Amino acid sequence: MDEPVIEVSDLVKTFGSTRALDGLDLTVAEGSVHGFLGPNGSGKTTTIRVLLGLLRADSGHARLLGGDPWHDAVELHRRLAYVPGDVSLWPKLTGGEIIDVFGRLRGDLDPARRDQLIERFELDPTKKSRTYSKGNRQKVALIAGLASSAELLMLDEPTAGLDPVMEAVFQACIRELTGEGRTVLLSSHILAEVEALCDRVTIIRAGRAVQSGALDELRALTRTSIVAETVRPIEDLGALGFLHDLRTDGRRVSFDVDTANLDEVVVLLGKAGIVSLASNPPTLEELFLRQFGDELARDLQ
Amino acid sequence: MSDLAAVEPLSRFTFRHDRIRIALWIVAIVVGMYLSAASTKGLFPTQADLDAAAAVSKDNPAAIAFNGPPIALDTMGGQIAFQIGAFGLTLVGLMSLLMTSRLTRGEEDSGRLELIRSMPVGRHGPMASAVVVVAAMNVVVGALVSVSMLVLDLPVMGSLVLGASFVVLGLVFVGITLVAAQITENPRVVAGLAGAVLGASYAIRAVGDIQGGGLSWLSPIGISQKAQPYAGNRWWPLLVGLALTAVLIGLAAALASRRDFGAGLVPPRLGHAAASDGLGTPEGFAVRLQRGVVFWWAVAVLALGVSYGSVANQIEKFIQDNPSLADIFAQAGGASIVDAYLATTMLVLALVAIGGAVQLAARLRSEETAQRAEAVIAAGTPRPRWVGSHVLVAFVGGFLILAAGGLGTGVTYAVVIGDAGQVPRLLAAALVFAPSVWVVTGIAVALFGVVPRWSMLAWVPVAWCWVVGFFGILLGLPRWALDLSPLELTPALPAADLKALPLVVLTLLAGALVAAGLIGFQRRDLG
Repeated sequence: MDEPVIEVSDLVKTFGSTRALDGLDLTVAEGSVHGFLGPNGSGKTTTIRVLLGLLRADSGHARLLGGDPWHDAVELHRRLAYVPGDVSLWPKLTGGEIIDVFGRLRGDLDPARRDQLIERFELDPTKKSRTYSKGNRQKVALIAGLASSAELLMLDEPTAGLDPVMEAVFQACIRELTGEGRTVLLSSHILAEVEALCDRVTIIRAGRAVQSGALDELRALTRTSIVAETVRPIEDLGALGFLHDLRTDGRRVSFDVDTANLDEVVVLLGKAGIVSLASNPPTLEELFLRQFGDELARDLQ
Repeated sequence: MSDLAAVEPLSRFTFRHDRIRIALWIVAIVVGMYLSAASTKGLFPTQADLDAAAAVSKDNPAAIAFNGPPIALDTMGGQIAFQIGAFGLTLVGLMSLLMTSRLTRGEEDSGRLELIRSMPVGRHGPMASAVVVVAAMNVVVGALVSVSMLVLDLPVMGSLVLGASFVVLGLVFVGITLVAAQITENPRVVAGLAGAVLGASYAIRAVGDIQGGGLSWLSPIGISQKAQPYAGNRWWPLLVGLALTAVLIGLAAALASRRDFGAGLVPPRLGHAAASDGLGTPEGFAVRLQRGVVFWWAVAVLALGVSYGSVANQIEKFIQDNPSLADIFAQAGGASIVDAYLATTMLVLALVAIGGAVQLAARLRSEETAQRAEAVIAAGTPRPRWVGSHVLVAFVGGFLILAAGGLGTGVTYAVVIGDAGQVPRLLAAALVFAPSVWVVTGIAVALFGVVPRWSMLAWVPVAWCWVVGFFGILLGLPRWALDLSPLELTPALPAADLKALPLVVLTLLAGALVAAGLIGFQRRDLG
C-alpha cells in the first residue's frame, strides 16, 4: 500500500474561543472503509469540511489523495464524492434532476449506474424535492455520491433518516465500492453500521483522536463479558485484578474481563468444571461508551 | 484560475432554475419604464408644454428631491429621464441586491452550496456565477430600456446613455451586496445591509441634487444620473461606477478568501440559554421572531422621513423667494406647496410601510412551509391564535413603521422651522395611513388562509399601490383604477382635511379580510 488517501496530523481549527479541532490525527488507507466516530460536537464534520477545503485549518498538516485540500480543492473534488448528513435541495427541482445536476458538475455521471441506484434505493425521481421526506432527500444525495466514479467517498452520517431496508441497500453498495478498491471515510452514529462495514475506526473526542486502529485491535483493548456456570464454585475470583462487575450467585458467575486476560480466566473456569458458558465479545457500542460513558455513569450515580 | 472553475455550468444552472424570477424582474422593470416614458410623452405634446413643465420643475426642490438633477427638462428626453430615472435606478438596484444576496449568501445559508462546493467547483465559482447572472440581467434590462426609448423616437445617444446608466447602477449594487454577503452569515441581514445602502443612496442624492450636485457623487444613484442622458450624454461617470464595481467585487473576493465557508466576518452573538417569560405565549413568540424586521423597516422609514423633513426647509425658503410660484401652487391644490410636499412625503412613507407590513404577514406562509408552524400548533396553540399572533405583529408593526416615518419627518421639520407643533401634526399625517396599510396586510392574510399556494400574490396589491403612488397621474389611469389603492382613499394630510368615514371603512375591510383568512386557515390542511 502506498501513500494513505487521507493523512491528517496535529490539525487545529478554532472558531473564536472554541477549539473545534485540537491536534487531530487521522490516517485512512487506500481501499479501506474507515469509521469516524465521536459524540456530537466532537469535530467530525469540521474535519470533513477542512478536508473538502471549505474551512482553512489554523495549523497542522492535512493531505488528501496526495494533494492539499485547500489549494488543490478543484482537482481533488473531481476525485471524491461527498454526502452530508443534513441534505438541503432545491425545492422546485425533482430528485432525478438534482442527481443529474450533481453528476454533470462533477462530470462523471454514469446514467446506467444512476438508474440502477434509483431502483435499488426505491426513489421516485419524478417528485419535486420539496415533497420528499428527510430519508428521501438523503437518498438523493447518496445516489448522486454513489453513482460517481470517485476514488474517495466522504460520508457524513449518510444514512440518517433511512429505514432498515435502505440501510441494508446502503451497506451492500459500500461493499461493492470497496470491492472496486475505492476508499470510504464514514462518519456515523449508527455503530452497527460501522461495525458491519469498517476495517478501521478512529474515535475522536473534543477535536482529538482518542483511539484509532483496526476494529479487532480495538476490541482487544476492551472487555469481554462472560456468564458461566461451573461444577464447583471458584474461590478467590474477586482477587483477580482484571475482572470487573463480578457477580456471584452460587455456582453461577458473571463478569467482564479485559480481553488480554481472557485466556487466564477460561483456564480458571475450566478447572472448576464448566457447565455452561456464554461469552460476548465487546461491541463497538461498548467501545464507544467505555470511551465516553465513564462520565455518564458517574453522573447517573 | 482554478478558483473560478465551473462558473459556466453554475451560471447556466441558475439561469434555468431561476428563469421565471429572472424574467419577471426584467419584464416588470422594462414595461414599467416604457409605460411611464410613453405617458410622460403623452403629457407634453408640444414644445410649449415642455417649456412650461421645465419652468415649474427646474427650481422646485421637491421635484428635484424625488427625481434627480433638473437637466434639459425642456426636451422630451430630458423630461423623461427626469421623470423615470431615479425610480427606475432604485428598482434596478433593488433587483440587483435581492438577486445577488439570494444567489450568494442565501444558497450558502441553505446548505445547498456545501454540496456544490464539494464538487470540482472553484472557491469563487458560485460567487462569480452570481455576478454573471445578475450582471446579465442588468445588461438585458439596460438594453431593453434603451430600445424602449428608441421606440418612443427619442435620440439614439441619450437612449444608450440612459440604458447604460441603469446597467452601471445595477452592477454597483451587485458589488455592494457581495461585500455585505461576506460580513454576516444571515442572508436577510445581507439584503438589509444592501437595502440600507440603496436607501441612503437615494436620500444622499436627494440632498446633493438640491444643493447643486457635489454630494451626489457619494451616491451610486447620483453617479449614474451624472451621465445626463439626453443632455450631456457623458460616459465617464459611468466609468467611475464601473471602477467602483470592480473595487467592490475585488474587495468581496479578498474578504471571501479570508473567511470560512458558512461564516461571516462578524461572528454571530451567543443567545440566552433559557427562554424569557415573553417567549411563553404565541404572541410573545411572534414578536420575538419579527421584532428585528420591524426595527429595521422602522429605521429605514425614519431615515427617509428625516431626509424628506430636512429638505422641506429648502421648499420653505424657495417659496419665500418666489411668491408668484407659491400662488400658482396654492391655486392648483388649494393647499400650500409645503403641505402638498409633506402629503406626498407621507404617501411615500406609507408605500414603504406597506412593504414592511406585508413582509411581516408573509412570515405566516414561510413558517408553514418550513414546517415550524406545525410544531407550534402541535404544541397546543389553537390555529386562530397562531395566525392571530402574526397578524397582530404585522398590524402593530405596520403602525410602528408609519409612526417612525411621521416622527422622523415631523421632528426634523419642527427643528428646521422652529415649530414643535409640527411633530403631532405630521405624526397624525403618517398614522392616518394605518388603515390602508392594514387593508393590504389583510389581503396577505386572506390569501394565506384561503389559497396558501398563492400567498405570494399578496405583493400584487403592494405593487399596485406603488404604481398608483408613483405613476398614477403620469399614466393617466382612470379614477376607479387609482381608487383600487387604499392609499388613494386616505385623506392626504396635511394638505387635505381629515375625514373619518374612509378610515372606518378601510379598518372594517381589513378586519373582514383577516376574518376570511382565519376562517380559511381553520378549514384547510396544514403544509
